[in-house]
Parts: sequence; structure tokens; C-alpha cells
Amino acid sequence: MSQQTQIPELDSVGLLRYAWRQLTSMRTALILLLMVGVAAIPGSLFPQRTQNPLQVSQYFKDLPDVARWMDRFYLFDVYGSPWFSAIYILLFISLIGCVLPRTFEHFKAARALPPTTPKNLSRLEHHQSWSAQGNELELARKWFKAKRFRVLEVDGSISAEKGFTRETGNLFFHLALILILLGISFSSLFGMRGEAIVNVGERFVNTPTSYDTLNYGKLFKDSNIPSFMLTVDKFVAQYNVETSAPEDYTLDVSLLRDGSTTIEKKTIKVNSPMTIGTTRVYLQANGYAPVVTVRDSKGDVAFQGPVTFLPQDANLRSIGAIKVPDADPQIGFLGSFLPTYVREGANGGASAFPKALNPRLLLSVWSGDLGLDSGIPQSVYRIDTTNMKQIGLKGLKPGESYVYEGGSITFEGYVQWVNLNFVADPGKHLALLGGIVAILGLLASLFTRRRRIWIRVGDDVEVAGLAKNAAPGLEIEIQGFVKMLKGEK
Amino acid sequence: MSRSWAYASNYLVYSAMAVYAISFIAHAVETAWAVKVPADKSSTLDYKRTEKVARIATAMMILGFFLLFGGVIARGISAGRVPWGNMYEFSITGALAFSGAYLLALRKFDLRWLGLLVSISVLLTIGTAITVLYVPSAPLVPALKSEWLVIHVSTAIISGGVFLLSNVIAAAYLYLDRMESKGERTQWAKRLPDLETLDLLSYRLVAFVFPLWTFSVIAGAIWAESAWGRYWGWDPKETWAFITWVAYAAYLHARVTIGWRGRRAAWLCLFAGSTFLFNYIYVNIWGTGKHTYSGL
Repeated sequence: MSQQTQIPELDSVGLLRYAWRQLTSMRTALILLLMVGVAAIPGSLFPQRTQNPLQVSQYFKDLPDVARWMDRFYLFDVYGSPWFSAIYILLFISLIGCVLPRTFEHFKAARALPPTTPKNLSRLEHHQSWSAQGNELELARKWFKAKRFRVLEVDGSISAEKGFTRETGNLFFHLALILILLGISFSSLFGMRGEAIVNVGERFVNTPTSYDTLNYGKLFKDSNIPSFMLTVDKFVAQYNVETSAPEDYTLDVSLLRDGSTTIEKKTIKVNSPMTIGTTRVYLQANGYAPVVTVRDSKGDVAFQGPVTFLPQDANLRSIGAIKVPDADPQIGFLGSFLPTYVREGANGGASAFPKALNPRLLLSVWSGDLGLDSGIPQSVYRIDTTNMKQIGLKGLKPGESYVYEGGSITFEGYVQWVNLNFVADPGKHLALLGGIVAILGLLASLFTRRRRIWIRVGDDVEVAGLAKNAAPGLEIEIQGFVKMLKGEK
Repeated sequence: MSRSWAYASNYLVYSAMAVYAISFIAHAVETAWAVKVPADKSSTLDYKRTEKVARIATAMMILGFFLLFGGVIARGISAGRVPWGNMYEFSITGALAFSGAYLLALRKFDLRWLGLLVSISVLLTIGTAITVLYVPSAPLVPALKSEWLVIHVSTAIISGGVFLLSNVIAAAYLYLDRMESKGERTQWAKRLPDLETLDLLSYRLVAFVFPLWTFSVIAGAIWAESAWGRYWGWDPKETWAFITWVAYAAYLHARVTIGWRGRRAAWLCLFAGSTFLFNYIYVNIWGTGKHTYSGL
């Protein structure tokens, strides 16, 4: 633009005003809109911490230098990154700067009367004239009223206008987008999201320490976590016999709310979470936890209980680790749990079906230093075997035991576990409202046309019209109007 | 019972493919025959010569549509659910939506010149579906068991069909625009609509279907809230649906507010449409995330 040369002459207020006008211009808004789209792309090409932390750490393992540089540009946290936020915040400022003045203007215009009929109608579009009968003005008045035009009548002429809904819808659409953004911000400030693995038959008490992971918004306090307790009673998974694909998961729980003494029986399914006040509980994953008893050389129990194993494939071959740090030397077991065991050459075994039809626990026994005191956080599903040596290898059926040098392990059986997500998302209703208003506004703005029709009756009747944005259909409307005036059907 | 429905579906889809092939050949003959008017005899084309074959082409297109419709329905019955559980099913339904959008638009505008492109696209889509994407009919995984599947996926497929139709028209605009800038249109291109009509048609299709696409994204968000515990999570498919939405929003603003027409608008339209295609192909086949039900 040529005015850009004027910038140095402006004072600071003028500069601000200039910057504001640039930011709220349609062209800038359009560029920002396209930039938001482009900026969203890297998040779909690289793994994101919020969705796939494992893949991100794999990146750091495989390409540490590249990953560090990518991290510097927030490529693993695109949607929370300063640059992504900058673009959408600018976009929304631009949007507000554009929409608010237009709302006031529109509010004024909607109450104002249409402008008076132009002097020379023959210059306008769709102009027609014919000799008057006398009752045309009367007929036109009725017609405009029936069609809900806003009219201004000045000595023998009517100026009629319709289609304000277009701009109303347009403004509502843009205001609704702001509403959605408010909903999202509200959720991220006051919301919470936690995950917990609970074995079937066990209880979950809703306190911060019960969660495996817990994230909450800046303004969410621990005391906001509602107190309740639930017991996982029963979990049933159904699978397709031919394909092993899951067909249904049903989870039965008993819920005890705070201050209540009655236990409520509830069912949670994948598409129907349980709602407790503002918190919803989702069934997200499930798997097996083999129950084992580890004894030392004297026969005393060193460890007993279910150990959560992680599913690896569609037939729920699961892996996990059992750590017995109190033994001397320390003992660790690396295990595979196969719900339906079949022989397979290389791995020694595989699972043929996700249900526990023929469960088997394959173990390798390790002796030495588990490395738990090194301070480096360890996965509970793996063992660091660098300072250990393998002292045994065995496959067990339920009830069987294996004796190794220094102790024994018994495979007692298994329980199923479920991964529950606990979510409080207080802004979602606001966002949904925004979504609904956005669609309605969009429909109103795309499918109504703003147009004016004029009629002047003297010796001749003159009719003309004008459509904003050259919207189609006015010609047909005027034809109908003229036919009505002439008394044709 | 369900197996015989699955077989019936396959037969119907195969027959639809054969009929679309006839339609394609008829469209090709129509296009080619119209060119063969000797240039010295007259400068305009003799439409009557191709009228009969053009009618055959359209009739075959309609027949193909109904056969494919039957195939999609039978597939749904065999699986005991709506037939949108994997990429094979998305593809045959998408082809159905695309040819349906063309046939519907044909009632209002003379779009027969587009028939060649439409029939070949449908043929290629069904062909790929049968040869590469086919998976046996099976029930849904638990996350897909929701009434939102019907609402979300059907609106997404319809939106996609109309977006692509608008894209084809935008591409035709750019092609003819280039041809005109070099001189006169060649004989066969003379029967195509003028540039202004193409420009407007492409825009109207987008304006018509943009609210539906918005609805589809929001319906998906509502479903995601009940299935995955969040209504928006920047899953690759969600991200690309958002990018498509933003691109078409930019296109509408460029046209309505800034007044873009013609070449620039057509390019923007093609860009927006390509984000939709990218989402469908890339995310379904190579992508990760919660939307990968393709069975590939």
C-alpha cells in the first residue's frame, strides 16, 4: 500500500491506530485464517506430547539432536506453542475488531428506515414501467407487508428493504466462534483430566493420589475433586470369533457418592460414560493382570498380588514386569501373558484370541540389581537388566509354580483391569452452544439475500430493485411482484 | 443370512461398476463425436448427433447410482449397521454421494459435459475400493457403536462429494481459462458453459455445503466427547478436518468480502478441496490416531 510511507510521520497514538486498522482489516484476517490452517499442519505430521508421549520419547531416542531442535520450535506441542497461540489470538483480536463495530452499525441500521426511493429508477437493475391503474400502491403495500419487508413511503413511492438476517446471521456466526474459544479457555482453566488403572474387584477412591496421571487447569484446586468411591464389579468384553475384533465392552460399577449411604449400580460403555456431578468417567482401555505369589528360599511370601500387564496386539498378548526389590539379591521377572496360548516358533508362544481361554504366563527370571535406587525413573512394565543375569525361563499354567535358585513363583490366576478416564470439562456446554449458534448463523447468512425493491406510482408505475453482492433471485422476485400488481396470476 | 447379503452387496457393486463403465464409454463417445464435425461445414457443433448417446450416458449413470445404492444398503444389512465402518465402505459410499451430487445438480444445470469426469472418477474409486481396500463385512468395534456414526459420517461423506464436485468445476474453469487466454476454445470445449457460469457454480456448491461440513465437524466433536472423553484433541483427522474448514472459510471470505473471482478463487477452491482429499487418503492409510478404522 502506498500509505505505508506515512508511518514515520505518525505519533505513537497514530501508529497504534494504524496498526489496529491493519490488524482488523479483512485482508489481514484472511491471511491469519489461512495461517491458522497452515500452522495446524505440523501437529498432524509429528507426534504430539498430549496424544502420544511414547512416540515423542522414541523420537528423542532415535534422533536426539533433531528432536531437541524440533522441541525448541515446539513441534511436539504445536497446539500449545507460543507461535500457534500467537496466530489464533491475533486472529481472534482481528475478528473482534472487525465484528464489534459491525454489530453496532448493524444494530443501528436494523432500526433505521430504508433510504428514500431514488429519483431515477430507470437507471437501476430490473427496471420496468407501465401505465398505472391507480391501486398499485395499495397492492404493493400489502405485498411488502405480507413478505415482511421494511418500508418507507414518501409521496407516491415505496422504498422496501429485506434481508437483514444475512448480516445478523453473519455476526452471530462470528460471535459464536468467540463463544467457542471462551468455552475452550474456560475448560483449560477450570477443567481436569485424570487416568487410573483399576483391577476388576477393586475400589477406586477419588482423591488426587489415586490417579496414575492427573492434569488440571491453572484455576482448578485439589478440593474441587468431588469425593466419591467406586468399585469395579464386573467387566465383560465380547470379541468376534473370526477376526478377534472387539464387539462390545461392558463395565459394571458400584458408586458411593459423598454423603450418601446407598450404593448405586451403574454401567459404563465406550460410548456412554458415567456422569457424577460435573465429572464424567470413561472406559478407555482394558487388559489383564496376572496374579502371582513370589516366595523366598525359606518359603516366606516376598510378593503377592495382581500385576498390570500392557496389551501388545489385538489378541491381547501382554507384557509386564514383576519386581521384588526386598529379595537379596534382588529378583525381577519379565513376563508375557497370553490369554489364549498357542505354540509359535521364535517367541515360544503367541495368543490366538483376546479372551482368556487358555491362559499362560511366560517368565524369564533375573537376579541382581534392579537399579531402583539409581534415581532414574523406571517403567513399571520393564526391567533394566544391565546389572542382572538371567537365571531361569518358564511357561506357567494357572496354579503352577516354578522353582528357581533362591525362591519360587506361583501363577495363581489373573484378573482384568480397566483404564478409566476422569474428566471435568466445565466449558464444553459453552463450546457446544457456540457450535450450534455458529451453524444457525451460517445458514442465515448464506441463504438470505439482502435486497431493495422500489415502486413509484404516478401516471406510470415504475419498479426497480437492487441486490447486495449481486445475489441471485431478485429478478424472479420482481417478476412476481409485477405480475401481482398487474393482476396476473 | 448376513453372508448372502454380503455376496449380494458385492454383486451389486460389481454390476454398478460395469454400468458406470458403459456410462463412461457413452460419455467418451459423446465428447469425441461432437468434435468430429468437419470444421469447414460449420463452426458450431451439431448437438443432435450426440443427443442419443448423451441420453444413454446419463441413463447408465442413473442405473449405476441405483445399483451402487443397493450395494451400499446390502452391505449395511449384512453387517447389521450403517455401511461406514472402514475405508472400503467409505469409498463406495463416497462414490455414491459423488455421482448422486452430480445427478442432483444435473436436474438444475446442464452439466452433461462433466459426465466424463464424473464417471471416470466413480469408476476409479469403486475400482480401488474393490481391488485394494476390500475387507469382509464385519460388525463394528465398540467405539463406533453410536447413533453419531450415522450423523457424523453421512454428513462428512455428502460434504466430501459436493466439495469434490465443486473442485472438478474449479479445475475445468482453470483449464478453459487457460485455453481462452491463448485464443479461442477448441471445438469440443465450445459446448462447455462459459467461465462465469463455472465460477459461480463452483462457489454455490461450496456455499451450499459449508454449513453441512461445519455440522459434520461439530457432530464429530459431540461424538468424540462421549467416546473418547474430549470433544477436540487434535487427532490427525480432526486437525485436517479443521484445516479443510479453515480453507473453505477463507475461500468464502475471499469471495464474499474481498470479491475474489475467477482464477484466484478457483485456485483457493482447489487448495481447500485438496486438504479434504489429503485427510481422506493420508490420514486413513498412513496416519495414526483414533480415526484409523480403515482395516488396512
